[in-house]
Amino acid sequence: MWPFFHKLGSPKWFYGIATRLMPWLLVLGLLCLGAGLVWGLAFAPKDYLQGNSYRIIFIHVPSAFLAQSIYIMMASAAVVTLVWRMKLADVFVKATAPVGLVLTFISLFTGAVWGKPTWGTWWIWDARLTSMLILLFLYGGVIALDRAINDEKSAARAVAILVLVGVVNIPIIKYSVDWWNTLHQPATFKLTEKPSMPAEMWVPLLLSVIGLYLLFGWLACLRMQTEILIREQRTRWVQDLFHVNEGVR
Amino acid sequence: MMIKPLDQAVGSIEAMKAVFARDMKVAFRQRQDLLNPLLFFMMVVTLFPLGVSPEISFLQEAGAGILWVAALLSVLLSLDHLFRHDFDDGTLEQLVLQPQPLFLLVLAKTMAHWVLTGLPLVLLTPVLGVMVHLDGNSIAILCLTLLIGTPVLSLIGAIGAALTLGLRSAGVLLSLLIIPLYIPVLIFGTGTVAAAAEGAPVGAYLALLGAFLVLALTLAPFASAAALKVSLSNS
Repeated sequence: MWPFFHKLGSPKWFYGIATRLMPWLLVLGLLCLGAGLVWGLAFAPKDYLQGNSYRIIFIHVPSAFLAQSIYIMMASAAVVTLVWRMKLADVFVKATAPVGLVLTFISLFTGAVWGKPTWGTWWIWDARLTSMLILLFLYGGVIALDRAINDEKSAARAVAILVLVGVVNIPIIKYSVDWWNTLHQPATFKLTEKPSMPAEMWVPLLLSVIGLYLLFGWLACLRMQTEILIREQRTRWVQDLFHVNEGVR
Repeated sequence: MMIKPLDQAVGSIEAMKAVFARDMKVAFRQRQDLLNPLLFFMMVVTLFPLGVSPEISFLQEAGAGILWVAALLSVLLSLDHLFRHDFDDGTLEQLVLQPQPLFLLVLAKTMAHWVLTGLPLVLLTPVLGVMVHLDGNSIAILCLTLLIGTPVLSLIGAIGAALTLGLRSAGVLLSLLIIPLYIPVLIFGTGTVAAAAEGAPVGAYLALLGAFLVLALTLAPFASAAALKVSLSNS
């Protein structure tokens, strides 16, 4: 267990693993997302109530899913940063926060586009929408704090503290707004229940969710590799890597 | 004869009292700094009747929200002072070096901040409440929510103030980090007054605000202390 744990903390080891993993993540992710989207957008049956406009669910739900789980992953990484001072955990937070921000924005945007035909309005101060908006602010705060601190180690720990304070706040935000005002439909997938929609609808939806997770894995690896190269540019192995690639040696 | 070891010479509670007393004394020697958030509070409240509508019906409906938002902003504005002076003159480093747990000392500083900022806002609220035509019952409930809510604002704000200590454009950054965390307190604070205005029972709302206070009181000082250590190692 412990040797593995120590390896996991080594940027060099991670760089190698990520290089081998990334093609798989990319290909599988594109296949799943592609299949899910084509099936969902072109072949899945129409909704009896909302007609074709419901099809935006195949983009809206996966991005909203990811937006929330990225924050939870970041919070787990933040615990690792604070407790074990593992460099990779901090690289993960730094690399994925902007991805989370963009996905939150996409889910808000597609939600607004979907809201117009179904609710008759682009935006409403509803529980779910507001809590996603706050999630967007939390991501923004994390990125802003990270950019503002020059020292790498201080930035890592400060950001980890902020992410953890934010995660305490997430259930509070969720329930405070639930109490307050609600129009948004309840969650589409629940682990404990059978989906309420027919299989031709939820299978492509599940495919696109899985596909987006895989693609996120690919993007996270790529961004983490970039960050590792920047941080470790003075180390031997990074310099070796580039000399070999350029054929200098 | 036994000699007490040096690090136990002053108990944690005594150290907290000392920090609290010192912060009060320093604040009362800079009286203008105490007055500024209050003036800001009154001015923000004044902007709404002038900028939106002086209609009594509008003010009655929106008054509690306006006062809450104004109180929130003025606490936010005062947070920059919480650690800044002590950071500049090195007092903060001495606090970190004390044998007593840092989170207790931070808690004492935060409590002093609330007594100097939050409490005066609560005391001023009845006057402004009358100016926005709230009825007596609403004003009482509003004061109660602010009395429970403003310590939460100070406690959460201390985390942000500690995180942004010594950074460029710390003020704007502080607002960016803290406002999302203030939203639940705002929702329940104004929700209580709205429920009271409709004649609904407010016990559950107040209990939840109280829960926020307990949660912030137990967890926030740890986060602030950790953040202070990071900021001091950074400088």
